Amino acid sequence: QQQQLGREHQGITLRGSAELVAEFFSYGINSILYQRGIYPPETFTRVQKYGLTLLVTTDPELANYLNNVTEQMKEWLYKCIVQRLVVVISSIETSEVLERWQFDIECDKSAKDDNGPREKSQKAIQDEIRSVIRQITATVTFLPLLESACAFDLLIYTDKDLAVPEKWEESGPQFIANSEEVRLRSFTTTIHKVNTTVAYKKDSVP
Amino acid sequence: MAQFLFEADLHGLLKLDTPIPNAPPARWQRKAKESGPGPSPVGVSPMKPVNRSHSSSKTPSKTPGKSGSKIQSTPTKAGGDRYIPNRSTMQMEMANFLLTKENDPAEESPTKKEQQKAWAVNLNGFDVEEAKILRLSGKPQNAPEGYQNNLKVLYSQKMTPGSSRKNSRYIPSMPDRILDAPEIRNDYYLNLIDWSSQNFLAVALDNSVYLWNHASGEIIQLLQMEHPDVYISSVSWIKEGNYLAVGTSSAEVQLWDIQQQKRLRNMTSHCARVGTLSWNSYILSSGARTGHIHHHDVRVAEHHVATLAGHTQEVCGLKWSLDGRYLASGGNDNLVNVWPCTQGGGGDFAPVQTFTQHQGAVKAVAWCPWQMNVLATGGGTSDRHIRIWNVCSGTCLSTVDAHSQVCSILWSTNYKEFISGHGFAQNQLVLWKYPTMTKVAELQGHTARILNLTMSPDGTTVASAAADETLRLWRCFEMDPVKKKEKEKANSAKSSIIHQSIR
Repeated sequence: QQQQLGREHQGITLRGSAELVAEFFSYGINSILYQRGIYPPETFTRVQKYGLTLLVTTDPELANYLNNVTEQMKEWLYKCIVQRLVVVISSIETSEVLERWQFDIECDKSAKDDNGPREKSQKAIQDEIRSVIRQITATVTFLPLLESACAFDLLIYTDKDLAVPEKWEESGPQFIANSEEVRLRSFTTTIHKVNTTVAYKKDSVP
Repeated sequence: MAQFLFEADLHGLLKLDTPIPNAPPARWQRKAKESGPGPSPVGVSPMKPVNRSHSSSKTPSKTPGKSGSKIQSTPTKAGGDRYIPNRSTMQMEMANFLLTKENDPAEESPTKKEQQKAWAVNLNGFDVEEAKILRLSGKPQNAPEGYQNNLKVLYSQKMTPGSSRKNSRYIPSMPDRILDAPEIRNDYYLNLIDWSSQNFLAVALDNSVYLWNHASGEIIQLLQMEHPDVYISSVSWIKEGNYLAVGTSSAEVQLWDIQQQKRLRNMTSHCARVGTLSWNSYILSSGARTGHIHHHDVRVAEHHVATLAGHTQEVCGLKWSLDGRYLASGGNDNLVNVWPCTQGGGGDFAPVQTFTQHQGAVKAVAWCPWQMNVLATGGGTSDRHIRIWNVCSGTCLSTVDAHSQVCSILWSTNYKEFISGHGFAQNQLVLWKYPTMTKVAELQGHTARILNLTMSPDGTTVASAAADETLRLWRCFEMDPVKKKEKEKANSAKSSIIHQSIR
């Protein structure tokens, strides 16, 4: 809590921004996994965050996996070398990609040089994040039914020169062949800006 | 009623897009009159673009550099020593197009390509072609085997009017039948009709309850209150259709046996009228004017097994979910509470959700039969909105403004639709497609506000009771004959005993 208070007074620092964005991804991914039924709803628990009731997983392995990703994201966001985070949802049986949640990250690299914090209140950022999360929840009203059992994958787009850390491997983009795209709201911390889009496989028969 | 006419008048006056009768002509009108090629009628509304000026110019053509007819020539005649721009005659789009268009569309030179690429990098923050894509190895354990994704999210593609599939079914605009309901109490907060699984429609008319046999058309008077001042405030059939629960203005909850036409129980626990009832197997829940909800176990002598205190004003909407896990309640305090079926740690019932978004009394409360945890609620006159909720996450999935007091919502079991009943001004029933929330049809006929809706056991007909003292039966969810055959096959397996005569 001390840290947060400090942030409020001092504005947004690069490290603070990286934390905020990484946190958003953690809750965002949890929400997607819950809303799209990738994991049974009983394995999620409700927490209060951003003034909303959000669902996070209680499955320890999944939580651990997501935690690893979040920690890595925090570091890469701080270094401004990550450009995109993608949640790919594909059918387990056919390996076909059915849905693709894309979070584009724009990083203001000049923040690395400035040491002064940026002016933007935590509350304003929270409000923006809240809008995005609400939208993610609301997508359930138009996204197609995921009938078969699905698995998810997390892809991170980084600078080409980045050395691949342990436990990570290179991958293809896993695009959807015939897709429909919807753009959701974006939010910005003044250092990092996150744009969200969701692409889903166009159903030939509605 | 008079206040609504007044309201309508007020709205008419406040609407800015209709011309004010007998007003002096506005300055722009006078100017247009003086300068324009033709006389402009005084009644021209300020919002409508004055069309005459457009006829003299071409639609935006791709001739670069032509700055021609951007602004109409200013009136130099009488009245003006200063230029007063006439917004409505300006062609803003044309002007914008011409201003922003380049004069010489250059060819794609290699340097240009480089430039564009540089811009792309600037905008995206990176060159998409050049990024490296990483994936964390060690895939997390997938959901346990046998887990079926039961989030049956029904989806209909983004409905553009042209591309939407034609709604092919015929919905008759006239009711199948109109029944007389004399002396029905015109009170928004009561719930006076219910249709049993045995095809009996129970109707409370002031201090009596009548049963109408849909199959035979027979009418039976089931009961009449002894005390003349006491009236019936709610009726609700048990799932099997052999018992009817009746709530009264004297705070009693009675249980009647239909076959014997006898009162089995008279349960008193409330201290104010019981406006709403809902069954969950052997538990009967009742909502009262005090805002309290009581659970009654009808099998035991000590029937009052729980109290839920979540409303500060009359409880007018009460519905158990189809799986019996949640109870949704709506009150005159504009709140919607969702209660769990079991008590929390402290032995108290606390709502798992409270929705405060409605700005009016919430009487319309209905659970979606094909999607778990989805609840529809509708607000009264000061709200007029229908909201769809996911009670697990607590989010409002959709909202739609129905423009009229919502008294009841029913989901269809035959189609992915729901129907809502309304009051002033059209007293109509509206069928909505879910989840697109588009109107499928509007059923008109009632001459006073609708008070309640209930559905037939086969899901094809909706009965509406209104303040015009009629009950209308609308056959709006008629099944496709092919699908009907399938359903009938499934149903004939379980034989239904229809009570032909009750003596």
